[in-house]
Amino acid sequence: MAVSSPAPEEKVGPQSFGKASPPPGSPPSQTAVLDFFRSISPGLPNIEFCIQCGSCGGSCPAAALMDHTPRRLFALIRAGELEEVLRSNTPWYCVSCYFCMVRCPQEIHITDIMYGLKTLAVQRGYTRRNKATDLSRTFAGFIERFGRSFDLGIAANHYLRHPPSDLMGSAKMGSELLFKGRLKLTPNKIKGIPQLKKILKRAKQLEAVL
Amino acid sequence: MKYLFYPGCSLECISSAYYESLLALQNKLDVDFEEIEDWNCCGANEYIALHRIPSYALIARNLALAEQQVDGAKTLLAACSACYVNLARTAKYMGTDRELNTKVNDALSAGGLHYTAGTVQVRHILDALYKEIGICKIKKLVERPLTGLRVAAYYGCMVLRPDPDQRWRDPENPTALEELIAACGAEPVDFPLRTHCCSGHMPQISTEASLELLRRLVESAVKSGADLLITTCPLCQLNIDAYQDEMNKFFGTSYRMPILFFTQLMGLAFGLSPDALAIGREVVSSAPALARIGVKVEQIPPPVKRPPKNTSLPMPRMPKAYGEQL
Repeated sequence: MAVSSPAPEEKVGPQSFGKASPPPGSPPSQTAVLDFFRSISPGLPNIEFCIQCGSCGGSCPAAALMDHTPRRLFALIRAGELEEVLRSNTPWYCVSCYFCMVRCPQEIHITDIMYGLKTLAVQRGYTRRNKATDLSRTFAGFIERFGRSFDLGIAANHYLRHPPSDLMGSAKMGSELLFKGRLKLTPNKIKGIPQLKKILKRAKQLEAVL
Repeated sequence: MKYLFYPGCSLECISSAYYESLLALQNKLDVDFEEIEDWNCCGANEYIALHRIPSYALIARNLALAEQQVDGAKTLLAACSACYVNLARTAKYMGTDRELNTKVNDALSAGGLHYTAGTVQVRHILDALYKEIGICKIKKLVERPLTGLRVAAYYGCMVLRPDPDQRWRDPENPTALEELIAACGAEPVDFPLRTHCCSGHMPQISTEASLELLRRLVESAVKSGADLLITTCPLCQLNIDAYQDEMNKFFGTSYRMPILFFTQLMGLAFGLSPDALAIGREVVSSAPALARIGVKVEQIPPPVKRPPKNTSLPMPRMPKAYGEQL
């Protein structure tokens, strides 16, 4: 076979499913997979009912850009290929349109699982600096600082790192929005910033325990 | 009727037209939108990509603040689709997932807040207008029927999906906006892509992919014979409106499809002036479409362009008479 089985040392560590981790080289047990999904997604993600029908990938507007369609992603997770899953761009190209979620015959919470995989990929250090993760980081930075989003700041910050393909067009669009009063030059700041910071700090501690 | 109201960041500036037109409808509809004090951003789809518990805590802070303001009004209205889904999902999961509830409330208590699941009902403005105020009442309020205007209803994604509280009968085939358009006296056109994705945050991540999704939408709207689009979501409005020029350049097309918020269309039918509804702030002007039904939109004049200085070297010119002979 062309695909050689990976060395046992590679399987442990970041790729493990937590406590119920199976012996390296074999697919994880069903319970391990279920526990994993429940830990990354709120409520009952229903993933155990996936019948690999492909409605999710077929409904996805961004499927063409993805390394793996959602269906393949779930198959990979069941097969224990968590590293491949966390390295793939699939969750990052999810536009949160929820088409897959309403069309899934088994009512799997696909979009929630995508969010969960994103956070897991970030926490385990799998994300390279790319446009999608940088956009999230920039956005999150402004929220944590001001409590509200700041469009002009986010756009400026993001486009300095990743210049748009049509620079002149974007500049023209920005100036037009600014001229029509749709962009503010200064951010709005909420009064309860200290409160918000305390809440987020505590929440981050709680997440670390997970 | 009193409602708690969560405007969301985009209504503050990038979609100020939505905010202003909504507030202009308040008197006509006899409703009172009470804004949650010191609300914070819901994090859109970005904060949840980095942190799980903190993102739910961030959203739940708004729910906790709304709970403090519950005074007769239990319904929390959100204007932006993403805000609505975030608030509704969190409110639902706080009730169904005990572990999440404990952790989020633990985090909230660090800021002296608490949210009891089930105290606040989250709804989108379209949902409340359609179900609680009702098409009949809206029809009675129409003073200037928009007869002859062909309007395509664009729902976008998150008002309809994932529908955590089962508010819509059929999220794949909604009729609320079409009924609203008909009530306003305009003609709803058959627009097949009305529930498709506007590409969300993709313009910042993969421009080509987002432009392709936008092209599909705009082309379908043009083919359906619509004069203009109306939408319920600030991001849909921004993407279709602001990126239309870039899309035209990319695909070599020349579409000019204006997109307004549904509240602006309702306000027009209620006899409010375009100025009071902030019509004219869109990039692709709706003036030609609205002129068809006799509504004059005062355009914000574009910045004065100086003619380019002629710095080229003087060149010999053909005598005029000779040129004409040719």
